[in-house]
Amino acid sequence: MSLTTRSAAELAGLLARREVSAVEVTAAHLDRISAVDGDVHAFLYVDGDRALSLAKEVDARRAAGEKLGPLAGVPVGVKDVFTYAGAPTTCGSRILEGWIPPYTSTTVQRLLDGGLIPLGKTNMDEFAMGSSTENSGYGATHNPWDLGRIPGGSGGGSAAALVAYEAPLTVGSDTGGSIRQPASVTGTVGIKPTYGGTSRYGLVAMASSLDTPGPCGRSVLDTALLHETIAGHDPRDSTSIDAPVPDVVGAARSGDVRGMRIGVVRELGGEGYAPGVEQRFDEAVALLQDAGAEVVEVSCPHFEYALAAYYLIMPSEVSSNLARFDAMRYGLRVGDDGTRSAEEVMSLTRGRGFGEEVKRRIIIGTYALSSGYYDAYYGSAQKVRTLITRDFDTAFQVADVLVSPSTPTTAFRLGERVDDPLSMYKADLCTIPSNLAGNCAGSFPVGLAPEDGLPVGFQVMAPPLADDRLYRVGAALERLLPSQLSGLGALPGSLAAKEALR
Amino acid sequence: MALTPDDVARLAGLARIDLSDAELAHLAPQLDVILESVARVTEVANADVPATSHALPLVNVFRQDVVTPSLPVESVLAMAPHAEDNRFAVPRILGEEA
Repeated sequence: MSLTTRSAAELAGLLARREVSAVEVTAAHLDRISAVDGDVHAFLYVDGDRALSLAKEVDARRAAGEKLGPLAGVPVGVKDVFTYAGAPTTCGSRILEGWIPPYTSTTVQRLLDGGLIPLGKTNMDEFAMGSSTENSGYGATHNPWDLGRIPGGSGGGSAAALVAYEAPLTVGSDTGGSIRQPASVTGTVGIKPTYGGTSRYGLVAMASSLDTPGPCGRSVLDTALLHETIAGHDPRDSTSIDAPVPDVVGAARSGDVRGMRIGVVRELGGEGYAPGVEQRFDEAVALLQDAGAEVVEVSCPHFEYALAAYYLIMPSEVSSNLARFDAMRYGLRVGDDGTRSAEEVMSLTRGRGFGEEVKRRIIIGTYALSSGYYDAYYGSAQKVRTLITRDFDTAFQVADVLVSPSTPTTAFRLGERVDDPLSMYKADLCTIPSNLAGNCAGSFPVGLAPEDGLPVGFQVMAPPLADDRLYRVGAALERLLPSQLSGLGALPGSLAAKEALR
Repeated sequence: MALTPDDVARLAGLARIDLSDAELAHLAPQLDVILESVARVTEVANADVPATSHALPLVNVFRQDVVTPSLPVESVLAMAPHAEDNRFAVPRILGEEA
């Protein structure tokens, strides 16, 4: 079995027993990236030399008998929205092309402190706005299951890198589903922790009241180990929660759902959901029931307004947050010929540097916040946010976790929705409520849709700071379902077919 | 309500984004459809519902008032489009007659 198809937990074991070195593990993944990333395009930047030298350091520290973190020496891919001093950070935008941040995000710093080896920066929709990576200023990522299909977004690079065995672990950020929807369409695990459970310091802001860094992996335990590494209070983020990290690793090892009350959300299904998605979802619910969980149906009547509220709140915050890209202190500057004013240079730069979706959202936000429209749009959306939070509170009275499909369909074709923003937005129909309410949620693979053979994701939502429940349910499903990825050593779908031809 | 290319031009001006006529013509109908769709929020946003701006019940978070090191000037200026004399150099911000 090659090093790249091993789970992070297995690699950690091999490394701890010194059966393999961090340099060998890192080199194997860098080779893998060289071999397949031309087809997948999961990475925007590969930090090969530094990765190898960090791996060498970890090996030396281990040889010296130093006590290292549980994932020390395991490589990790980092979504290009996190700053990592010395590595270009573009957020998938041309406006930040070549920008090298002078500081490191808390998420990446915790990876480094844990001895993990950042391999490079993964592709994403520009400033995390999109559900397909087609909004990346540097070209889309391809889903390894079918290279003609989307890997989800915005964190499609982080998800695709896992499936293509380019990295055993990756980190992402989830504002409306950017971790969970890519996980769903690639058959991987992706967790949006409780808002404030992971630090936003050094995460380039999209919508600050919603943005949540989180872990991605091929297995539930791997993802929990990564979660534990990056989560926890950070004084440098004023919205960081000062509370202990829930025992996510213990929950991932247990997988015991006996007596757990599982609430199926009535509103997240039916019309617009692919038959294969609903079939695999229903089967997974039945499996959990067989394993001793109690299944109840719950109603969250305001969830149908979540998408509308999100597409007002998020663009409003975007229009404010992205004002920082003003061509003055860093990033692109266009048209500074000595005659133009700062304001003209600013407009030219933003017109040239931002892609279409970013422009759309900034303009929607500008509209929603403008005088005369503020109460009707932004004000009403904030009220809907309250109603959605109340729906969750009511549902969590009768259920320990809520479940739904992660996204209504399997991976759609590249190009299929680019000219229809609203249909693209619907990919996040099931994931958005948890961002608005700030509770935790995750997507777990539950098999392939019979009609197209593509992965289906199962979303689990839990109350704030009960992130461990996500892993408990995810681990139960992983045990009950036949494995699609791990243990086979084989690649899924069309990347596998391409590989066989080599 | 129909959003016209002129409306989009005005909003883009407020947001300091230079858009071509072709972009304005392309974006206006798209934005119109999106805004019409999101206007649904008014259906349930009654006066008795309080607004939520943030998921956490936050109060101001203060740190101790102690001096900590800042980033070195040279690393902050290293990525500037244009720097002079340890400062960011920017295009003129005032009109000719000012």
